[in-house]
Amino acid sequence: MSMRQLSIREALNEALAEEMERDENVFLMGEEVGHYDGAYKVSRGLLDKFGEQRVVDTPIAENGFAGVGIGAAMVGLRPVIEFMTFNFSLIGIDQVINTAAKLRYMSAGQFKLPMVFRGPGGSVMQLGAQHSQCFESFYAHCPGLLVVLPSNSYDAKGLLKSAIRDNNPVVFIESEAMYGVRGDVPEETYTLELGKADIKREGADITIACWSKAVPWCLEAAEGLSELGVNAEVVDLMTIRPLDEETLHQSVKKTNRLLVVQESWPLASVGHWLAATVSESLFDFLDAPVKVISGQDYPYPYAKNLEALMRPDARKIVEVARSML
Amino acid sequence: MAISGHLKRAKEKNRRNAYVLACHLGLFFNILRPELIRFLLYVGETSVSLSLEKSLELYEQMYLMRRFEESAAQSYTERKIGGFLHLYIGQEAVATGVIAATEEKDYVVTSYRDHAHYLAKGGTAREGMAELFGKEGGCSGGRGGSMHFFDAEKRFMGGWGIVGAHVPLAAGIGFAAKYKNDGTVAVCFLGEGAVSIGPFHEGMCLAALWKLPVVFVVENNRYAMGTPIHRTMSTEDVSTRALAYPMARATVDGCDLDESYEQARIAVKRAREQSLPTLLEYKTYRYRGHSMADPAKYRTKDELEEWKRRDPLNLLKTKLTAKGVEESVFKQIEDKVEAEVVDCKEFAEQSPEPAAETLADFVYI
Ligand SMILES: Cc1ncc(C[n+]2csc(CCOP(=O)(O)OP(=O)(O)O)c2C)c(N)n1
Ligand SMILES: [Mg+2]
Repeated sequence: MSMRQLSIREALNEALAEEMERDENVFLMGEEVGHYDGAYKVSRGLLDKFGEQRVVDTPIAENGFAGVGIGAAMVGLRPVIEFMTFNFSLIGIDQVINTAAKLRYMSAGQFKLPMVFRGPGGSVMQLGAQHSQCFESFYAHCPGLLVVLPSNSYDAKGLLKSAIRDNNPVVFIESEAMYGVRGDVPEETYTLELGKADIKREGADITIACWSKAVPWCLEAAEGLSELGVNAEVVDLMTIRPLDEETLHQSVKKTNRLLVVQESWPLASVGHWLAATVSESLFDFLDAPVKVISGQDYPYPYAKNLEALMRPDARKIVEVARSML
Repeated sequence: MAISGHLKRAKEKNRRNAYVLACHLGLFFNILRPELIRFLLYVGETSVSLSLEKSLELYEQMYLMRRFEESAAQSYTERKIGGFLHLYIGQEAVATGVIAATEEKDYVVTSYRDHAHYLAKGGTAREGMAELFGKEGGCSGGRGGSMHFFDAEKRFMGGWGIVGAHVPLAAGIGFAAKYKNDGTVAVCFLGEGAVSIGPFHEGMCLAALWKLPVVFVVENNRYAMGTPIHRTMSTEDVSTRALAYPMARATVDGCDLDESYEQARIAVKRAREQSLPTLLEYKTYRYRGHSMADPAKYRTKDELEEWKRRDPLNLLKTKLTAKGVEESVFKQIEDKVEAEVVDCKEFAEQSPEPAAETLADFVYI
């Protein structure tokens, strides 16, 4: 395969363009997606290519346009609804959870809802408490949704294409801080299966599970650990609902240790859910209690020096991993 | 038989028509009622103009807002300020005129474009700049940043980053004023981009239903980020949003300090004396991009220049000059402000960073 280096932003842009090209029922809707080329330029050039009918700028009305997307999907279109950031998805979360996630079940399967709610999430340099938050656990909590968080360009493109083709509502959270990170993407078109984890680095001594922005932290930590003679396996979950338990469990059975790293707050989080379920079902395989490293359990401060204390980093991951060996 | 049936149907139809007509009249009256009230109030209102002394005080305030933000923009490019920085330059006559029409005991709540409102409400340039620098001496202890200025003592209630979410807060502050019967008024500033989101409508609806003493000030600067108003609203008359609830409304020239003050004064009086809300639309313009990150390519230079010709500071200066204020008086004010801006930056630079061990402070009491 011939490769190119694309930023995650460009990879997502390609995924959108290719799917819109392939299926005329796919359209993009959200704030600033058209004339402004997207607040984060993910939709750059799409308006020129596909026109105003298919690249739709909205007023600031997240609940409204999330609902419009659902209505359109009920009658056969395949909307991609962009939340400018997932902080603002909370105005639309009622539609996502009370409507989108329930329709198929309540109607005994009479409807399918082929749509994607996507946009950036996570903490970003000094944006402060209302603009630096992880909401994947909110969505992962809810049956009826798929929740996907890519961590590099290759995954972002392949997963978004699959999300658009999927017949269920998919919540697709991109890392706001990582849009500019570049990685290999093949020239040839491809998709990646949803609901599958990816082993980003093989190892035999400890499994480190993660997703989104935590993946590069864990890969960096794994390098640090290897210098100490510890061989860590890094499992990027990519889809956190439904979870690829098979891949994760196989890895833990091999390494007998699990450390989960997440950017989000700890309470009622995906990380602690993984810790609980793996402890329950793989108790006999574990040589150490499962550990979880989370973001600090506070809102995000603006001050640069305080903000720097909020996120887990490679040093912390190495430290905790060593304590488990 | 056939005829009587026909007559009966005709009568029914007439009755139906009369009913429909009555409904329409009712609706019409309902829509017009606040307009009538507004008209009668306006006619009965003697206008109160700003004294020369007060005007000069407000000129100083506007000049401070502008120079404070120009200095902040400079510090942003020096990376002393991070995150988002939304500048208010061009809109100064709105916050200044409106807040001048309130009393100290009244409350102000606004969006993330909040520096000027904070200064007008009595916040200090020092604490404002220190907040932008993320320092302990900031008005939010460095925890909030540009978008989240607060000053409980001055009754400046924030500094909010989720579009429209603070509109119901203003209704709540008005609710408490009525509850406590303390004669205070809540003033809520928001952008024209915020009038399409649910919480705006819900907040307006409750304020009208419960007759709350709130003044909603929509600062129509024609753009929500890169989106011009004609792409987000089916009308250019933002004040018509008031018709549905209904509540009184007015459209105001946001470049003219006197008009800004005068219309706000009427609305504040209505809130204080009659416990009724008002929606004021201020026509204004922001000179800079949406935030420091926005090059504002979506508008023409001509458009910007056109608005700059009605610059609120120049407009006021021209008026005051015509009233006989000498250039030396302005010079004196401007020099004083320049010194204050230099001083606030020094203060911000010297203020300590919040201590690492305070990271968990303020999550709970
Ligand atoms: C609910 C929500 N959606 C989107 C955003 C992102 N956003 C921040 S400011 C803004 C534009 C607001 O424009 P306007 O209300 O006109 O205020 P102005 O910036 O012109 O003062 C948008 C879309 C947000 N902060 N909150
Ligand atoms: Mg605006």
